Amino acid sequence: MLRFILNRLLLIVPTFIGITLVAFLFIRLLPGDPVILMAGERGVSPERHAELMAQFGFDQPLLKQYADYVVGLLHGDFGYSFSTKKPVLSEFMARFPATLELALCAIVLATVLGVAAGILSAIRRGSWIDQATMGVALVGYSMPIFWWALLLIIFFSTTLGWTPVSGRISLTQFFPSVTGFMLIDSLLAGKPAAFWSAVHHLILPTIVLATIPLAVIARQTRSAMLEVLGEVYIMTAKSKGLAQRRVIWLHALRNALIPVVTTIGLQVSVLMGGAILTETIFSWPGIGKWMIDSISRRDYQVVQGGLLLIAAVVMVVNLTVDLLYGLINPRVRHR
Amino acid sequence: MSATDDPHLGTAEQEPLGPPPISPLRENWRYFLANRGAVIGLVVIALMVLTAIFAPLIAPHDPTAQFRDALLVPPAWTDKGRPEFLLGTDALGRDILSRLIFGARYSLAIGLVVVTLALVSGILVGLVAGYFGGWIDGLIMRVMDIILAFPSLLLALVLVAIIGPGLFNAMLAIAVVLQPHFARLTRGAVMAEKHREYVTSARVAGAGTLRLMLVTILPNCLGPLIVQATLSFSNAILDAAALGFLGMGAQPPTPEWGTMLAEAREFITSAWWVVTMPGIAILVTVLAINLIGDGLRDTLDPKLKRS
Amino acid sequence: MPLLEVRNLTVSFPTAAGRFDAVQGLDVSVDAGEVLAIVGESGSGKSVAMLAVMGLLPAIAGVTADAMRFDGRDLLRLTARERRNLSGREIAMIFQEPVASLNPCFTVGFQIEETLREHTGLSAADRRHRAIELLTQVGIPQPEERLASFPHQMSGGQCQRVMIAIATACTPRLLIADEPTTALDVTVQKQVLDLLLRLQAENGMALVLITHDMGVVAETADRVVVQYNGRKMEDSDVLTLFENPRSPYTRALLSALPENAKGGRLSTVSSFVPSAETAG
Ligand SMILES: Nc1ncnc2c1ncn2[C@@H]1O[C@H](COP(=O)(O)OP(=O)(O)OP(=O)(O)O)[C@@H](O)[C@H]1O
Ligand SMILES: [Mg+2]
Repeated sequence: MLRFILNRLLLIVPTFIGITLVAFLFIRLLPGDPVILMAGERGVSPERHAELMAQFGFDQPLLKQYADYVVGLLHGDFGYSFSTKKPVLSEFMARFPATLELALCAIVLATVLGVAAGILSAIRRGSWIDQATMGVALVGYSMPIFWWALLLIIFFSTTLGWTPVSGRISLTQFFPSVTGFMLIDSLLAGKPAAFWSAVHHLILPTIVLATIPLAVIARQTRSAMLEVLGEVYIMTAKSKGLAQRRVIWLHALRNALIPVVTTIGLQVSVLMGGAILTETIFSWPGIGKWMIDSISRRDYQVVQGGLLLIAAVVMVVNLTVDLLYGLINPRVRHR
Repeated sequence: MSATDDPHLGTAEQEPLGPPPISPLRENWRYFLANRGAVIGLVVIALMVLTAIFAPLIAPHDPTAQFRDALLVPPAWTDKGRPEFLLGTDALGRDILSRLIFGARYSLAIGLVVVTLALVSGILVGLVAGYFGGWIDGLIMRVMDIILAFPSLLLALVLVAIIGPGLFNAMLAIAVVLQPHFARLTRGAVMAEKHREYVTSARVAGAGTLRLMLVTILPNCLGPLIVQATLSFSNAILDAAALGFLGMGAQPPTPEWGTMLAEAREFITSAWWVVTMPGIAILVTVLAINLIGDGLRDTLDPKLKRS
Repeated sequence: MPLLEVRNLTVSFPTAAGRFDAVQGLDVSVDAGEVLAIVGESGSGKSVAMLAVMGLLPAIAGVTADAMRFDGRDLLRLTARERRNLSGREIAMIFQEPVASLNPCFTVGFQIEETLREHTGLSAADRRHRAIELLTQVGIPQPEERLASFPHQMSGGQCQRVMIAIATACTPRLLIADEPTTALDVTVQKQVLDLLLRLQAENGMALVLITHDMGVVAETADRVVVQYNGRKMEDSDVLTLFENPRSPYTRALLSALPENAKGGRLSTVSSFVPSAETAG
């Protein structure tokens, strides 16, 4: 197990270096004047221009620039946003809880419903339940989620008036931010009305963001379950006289979950991509919307830092899932 | 087997050794046709292709023509609808049906171009990595890992930011993002096949490296590649539409479906049809391709039961 | 009255080319404490027939029989609960691939004790004791430590021994062993077979042994059923089978034995049989 962990850790080191390289090259590959790209200053005097060139190190050789960049990263320097003049890292930290709260809700919803639907489909293989579930899953899997979001807004917000159209919470609710999670902070502040407002705001974005992972998890769970149910050890379990429930929920599911965990882990990257669209549509103040806004504002230091931080988050989550995989798979844990 | 063997003997060897090559084509085809969903998908896509080809003949109006007297006309079957605008018009008075029909051209072209680019480059990269192994393989695979470490839409967005918005650039970016999947598949297949007897015997018989890779090894991993290509086709359409929706793909007034949705966003409260129709077009196309993909997967690669 | 009585069993599968009968009109009976060998070439429906007895066939399989009784109880009309009471307690089965037969996610101890929990009122401590006892019985060294092992940490032979421990945990009256040694090393095959026969004798249980190996048949069985293409070709005691096989198929089967072709096999068989009978 220890060897497995070390192996995984070693494997991500080159990938991580590669990611910093991508982020580093991003700004240098952009067409146009580097000073304008970095600082957004137009029409500067030649002296100021040279000064800025020196400040950002563009007059240095490329290798030196990269070394400086990495040293900066190690000191927590991810650059500055030229529109807010604040460090990228603190901007990221301010927005990350919003995305995390949304993504967590989505992945929980997708996992619970997806695994349940997959199991149901597998044990009722070929029935109308199976066909209907897998039909819905395929539609979900094929869904352009930005359109799906608009449809849900038309139906639930505009027509029925049940849910709000945008934001994380109603603007009349105030409470101190402790964790950055509205659901938790509102409860900590003892404001149930605020909590319900946060829940209301979460519903549609969560559904939208969960749609594709839900479909993928349901399909994967079904096929993993079907594969496991055909194994000899399932026959053994039945021949021992165990209850159907125990055979399915203990013997089969325990094995089927191993590949499903990997699938769930892979959905994190999908979620981060989906967050860009979902947050844009629902004006959700998270990092997806922040990235889009920064790209259209040409705030390239933010894009550079965000790119790096998002990839780092995805990698850390994938590493965690990898280790979890080792933990739940006895063949890896007990070698 | 002696070194003087005819090179063709090597390829003849692969029948019993490798996974079934594509020789039982007709059998696969029959199996595919037994899958109802796959056939429906195939029919839909065939109709779509015909629509795209004959768009100027089918479309009732010019997709860019603005009918100033017919702004935001609802679909024909509603009270205020007008029979000449079957699916209604948008805010500039353009016929939505005609725009959708011409949009089919873009979506299919996007899928085709992206998949071709990603497939060809991915296969080449994968062949090189798998065949040569060693540090070349290590380097190439780390680069693929890096590409896959970014959420695909984000990476595509950033690439478009570098090379500039527009439909063709969006397609390039998406192809880069999808390419590692093909590279990994090809590399895996090459690694698995290259020590098989038939490859060795082909080499002993004097087959050149390139010929060996393309003619001998590649046909044996065609199944998974075809399935992946289908998946990528639908992903390409979805991602291109998303980029269009975010204003980084096709630019107005191109009747690309994602771009149409972006233009329609402000009318979600007032004119539902402007929003609904392009989305349905995207969904139906992607759904049909995924149905085909599922059918192909079951036919070609029963072991690849991943979602 | 035989312990297991199957009359006119037919099992069919729906296939693309129409209905396929894997077993057709099979009659089998097993007396208490006897060793019945079922032989027949691959695909002749041996496994399918016994899976039908165990009620382990997938739902798509069509199972019909004039009678299928265990100890007088109609196996075709059991409720799910009655079936569960029977399986693992009175009838048990072991399969061809020992490693695949054990659940990779649970320890050996868990999988043995699970049967005991299902069918006995033993306390947790007693179950553990019994599990150790069973592992000792099937010849696994250091049984206490082995309880915490996972299947992938053991060899195929050891896995099959564990399977035998699971199957015999509740001292069933009938044990169906479907080619229990085919997947094992030649050296281990004999040990596992001997173990099965020893337990059969000690517990006085009936044993249905599915096998390809005529040598094993000669050595172990009281009675032999020869199956071909889903039908029963021959059903006789082992001596009769080797000395004057009734059906031409059996004759062909025997003459196909390499030892037979070399001659002198029959005398070996005859010399074997009495020892097998004294063992049984
Ligand atoms: N679930 C199933 N669906 C369709 N056909 C099946 C199924 N299970 C078994 N069969 C068919 O039933 C026939 C008998 O199979 P069975 O496994 O009983 O053979 P066997 O005598 O045990 O052979 P072996 O010695 O190889 O174990 C085979 O032709 C097999 O293909
Ligand atoms: Mg069998």
